[in-house]
Amino acid sequence: MNRTSHTTTDGADNAPVTLDAETLVDYARGAAILGAGGGGATRVGLLAALQAIETHGPVDVISVDQVPEESLVLPAAGLGSPDITQEKIGNPEQGRWLREMMEQETGRTAHAFMATEVGGSNALLPVVWAALTGLPLVDADGMGRAFPEAQMVSMHLADIPATPSAVVDERGHRFMLRDMDAYWLERSARALAVACGGFVCTVDHPMTGHELRTGAIAGSVTRAVEIGRAVSAATTEQSATGTEPASGQSATEQGRLGAVLRHLSGHLLITGKVTDIERRTVDGFVRGHLTVDGLGADQGRRVGVAIQNENLVVTENERTLACVPDIITVLDTQTSEVIFTELLRYGQRVSLLAVPAPDIWRTPRGLEVAGPRAFGFDLDYQPVDELLAEAHR
Amino acid sequence: MNKPNPRAHAPRLRIGIDVGGTNTDAVVLREQDPTSTSQNTMTAADVLARTKVATSADITSGVTQALRGVLADPTTPERAGAHPHQVARVMIGTTHATNAVLQRNGLRRVAVLRIGAPASTAIRPMFGWPPDLCAQVDAGSAIVRGGVELDGSAAAAFDTEAVSRFCATVAERAEAIAVCGVFSPAAPDQERHAAEVIRRELGDIPVSMSHELGSLGLLERENTTILNAALGGVATHLIDAIRAGLDSHDLGHAIPYFAQNDGTLLSLEETRRAPVLTIGSGPANSLRGAAMLTGEPNALVVDVGGTSADVGALTQTFPRESAFGVEVGGVATNFRMPDLVSIAIGGGTVVRFRDEGPPTVGPDSVGYRLAEEALVFGGATPTLSDAAVAAGRGEFGDRSLLPGHLSLSAALEHADAEIADAIDRIKSSGTDLPLIAVGGGSVLVPDTVPGTTGVLRPAHHDVANAIGAAIGTVSGNVDRIVEVGQGGASRTRLIDDAREAAVAAAVRAGADPSVVEVVEIDEIPLSYLREPAVRLRVKAAGPLAGTND
Repeated sequence: MNRTSHTTTDGADNAPVTLDAETLVDYARGAAILGAGGGGATRVGLLAALQAIETHGPVDVISVDQVPEESLVLPAAGLGSPDITQEKIGNPEQGRWLREMMEQETGRTAHAFMATEVGGSNALLPVVWAALTGLPLVDADGMGRAFPEAQMVSMHLADIPATPSAVVDERGHRFMLRDMDAYWLERSARALAVACGGFVCTVDHPMTGHELRTGAIAGSVTRAVEIGRAVSAATTEQSATGTEPASGQSATEQGRLGAVLRHLSGHLLITGKVTDIERRTVDGFVRGHLTVDGLGADQGRRVGVAIQNENLVVTENERTLACVPDIITVLDTQTSEVIFTELLRYGQRVSLLAVPAPDIWRTPRGLEVAGPRAFGFDLDYQPVDELLAEAHR
Repeated sequence: MNKPNPRAHAPRLRIGIDVGGTNTDAVVLREQDPTSTSQNTMTAADVLARTKVATSADITSGVTQALRGVLADPTTPERAGAHPHQVARVMIGTTHATNAVLQRNGLRRVAVLRIGAPASTAIRPMFGWPPDLCAQVDAGSAIVRGGVELDGSAAAAFDTEAVSRFCATVAERAEAIAVCGVFSPAAPDQERHAAEVIRRELGDIPVSMSHELGSLGLLERENTTILNAALGGVATHLIDAIRAGLDSHDLGHAIPYFAQNDGTLLSLEETRRAPVLTIGSGPANSLRGAAMLTGEPNALVVDVGGTSADVGALTQTFPRESAFGVEVGGVATNFRMPDLVSIAIGGGTVVRFRDEGPPTVGPDSVGYRLAEEALVFGGATPTLSDAAVAAGRGEFGDRSLLPGHLSLSAALEHADAEIADAIDRIKSSGTDLPLIAVGGGSVLVPDTVPGTTGVLRPAHHDVANAIGAAIGTVSGNVDRIVEVGQGGASRTRLIDDAREAAVAAAVRAGADPSVVEVVEIDEIPLSYLREPAVRLRVKAAGPLAGTND
């Protein structure tokens, strides 16, 4: 399998895109896939971003190399329960407040926003803020996917200080957090989110252009756009062919989706049916286990997925097929829409995908922060490509 | 008129009417015999009369014709049930509201007031709506300060002055107002207060409040509220037409109810206030009807029409609801419709033969022209009905008209595979359940279907939807987010509170307090909140009070 995973999307040589109405839809779709089952549904964020660019114009995406050495980049995100944002859909002014606070604190002018987390709804919020403030968005993020905690960012691995960090609620209550590490920032910002009604918006790990080039995961925005575009194209093509018999459909879907995934260095783990889903809340996390029984070409296989907000470990006959930090996503086989963890249920026809994590997560330091053991699994990380090669041997 | 006197112990009757896109069905049902000691359960034996007529463009004449069919059914001329004075209630399921939205027909201009600044300003009301619908309905909007947090505490001070200013700006154009507050299902006071201000400023303009209509999800609930306000005129027209239809058949004394999308009933007053809730009642009614006709509370149901088949699941006689909200006319709502898998397999589905390989099946259908176009009726288009006749599943038309060289059986095999696949998709566990086949095209369904314990084909299956309307119960729903804190005791108490609230809501809606029960509890943990919280959805339902007397 192809291990040169990100050469087509990584970094400088990649032509930056403009996030207009059409590109945003693909971006949101790709972001949902990179959410690995978590990160919150992207629908509300997409509508907010569409309205923001309708009002203020499209958002320019710039590559990490286009940011001058000393310029200030603002990694931004929402923090709290995405369920809350189904009612409190956000106040775009939060982007302006975050920018003002960080400029005041650092004494520098902000050059660009960056999505801290390209997976799930947090991919879209910085687009709204970039549109409103007229700043571009850097083609990078801090996770390359969704993760549940603030220290699970590439900036933390690169020893970029977590603070100063600006936290605002939708009323304009402003909190500046100083002199704490990423773990304390996570605890403090989470407490503020609860105090403010379940959700706050933050900038943390502010960076210079120089730091950005080593501290962030380059190419995340264009990667999400490419993934979304590829899946959209596969779906359109699929629906254009119409009325194939139900039994034959999964084989062709598998083929098309598989082709798309190979292009993105991803893998289709199984196509099948959800035959069991259990979920419970433990310490604020939704933990659970998903069972998928194979259909069509995968008939006779049974695959399990361990869930903790995100999809973390895939096993088959006690053999691991993929594990965090590689990106494991459940798609509706017919529509190719992402099925977020909370919407999984028995009987759904699903395709289970695994996309390799950005290289930074595959380092010893990266695995210490966000490998299987960081989530309590007694398991050493192995890249999905190797695991599958072994399984097929 | 020369009316017979009501006899002692004469059963009370109810009429169910289902106005569908193609046909209008009506049935007469006998309500529970007052001398009986058994529970209030109607069965197929209580179906005293039935009819099926073509749906008319004009509501009154269609309903009138359907009523004529059941009140003067020539096959049951002497039955006590057929006399209007014995009919106590008339239950109506109709697609009028759905069609009004889909066809953008007769909708009112709605001004939208969102109580949600500063928390919910990122997306304006009606953003992303189809432009043609927006052009008809949009009469301006404002987002004013206010709204609450998920625990009901104030998120921001409610700005009633801004409500007055909003009224001034929309007074010219608006025919109705939709009010939607952030987290209003948790605390509806601000919406009620806003409605008071609006009535003070604008007189008796109709006001729809979101907490009466939808559950959590601001945009979807707001959209539902706007559609509801827009449908006010359609509802008034519908209610007047039904009244006129009943009056013309000496049924002015009967109490009409409308079916809603969860298989329960709305009073006339509620229908006037919440017509949007009648959208999508058809599938719920046919599922409920299937449960009644077979006495199976837990089963799978396939409803085969001329163009498509819907497969759903029954849980305790109620349709299992979908986890997702549905779009109506291009607008995202948070209606919880019956969870259905629809496939393009119906009695009129066209079969095409190719030079090589098996024939293709659908997705198009000859629809209502089946009686002219199908081969067995002398037409020239091979359909799945022809295939069913060829295989001996159905006996209608003229079998000898089927050419022997056509491999219709291959088409039927395809249809069987699609139905089996749909059934497998809708099942909520690995356990096999009975399959109830209803609808005019249900002869297509084979006698053995994988994943089921057997196929039930009840009498009156082709009017299951009218029966479902007739047996409608009333319900109360609760949808709230609760913080469950530490320990199981408080969680149990919170669930009990929600159960009580749902039961109370059902009783308020007219349910008999002695038999109302909780039929569904859904507990969904919220993610990424350190203080554990769950979203609780509870539905209670029961028969109308007074059914047994």
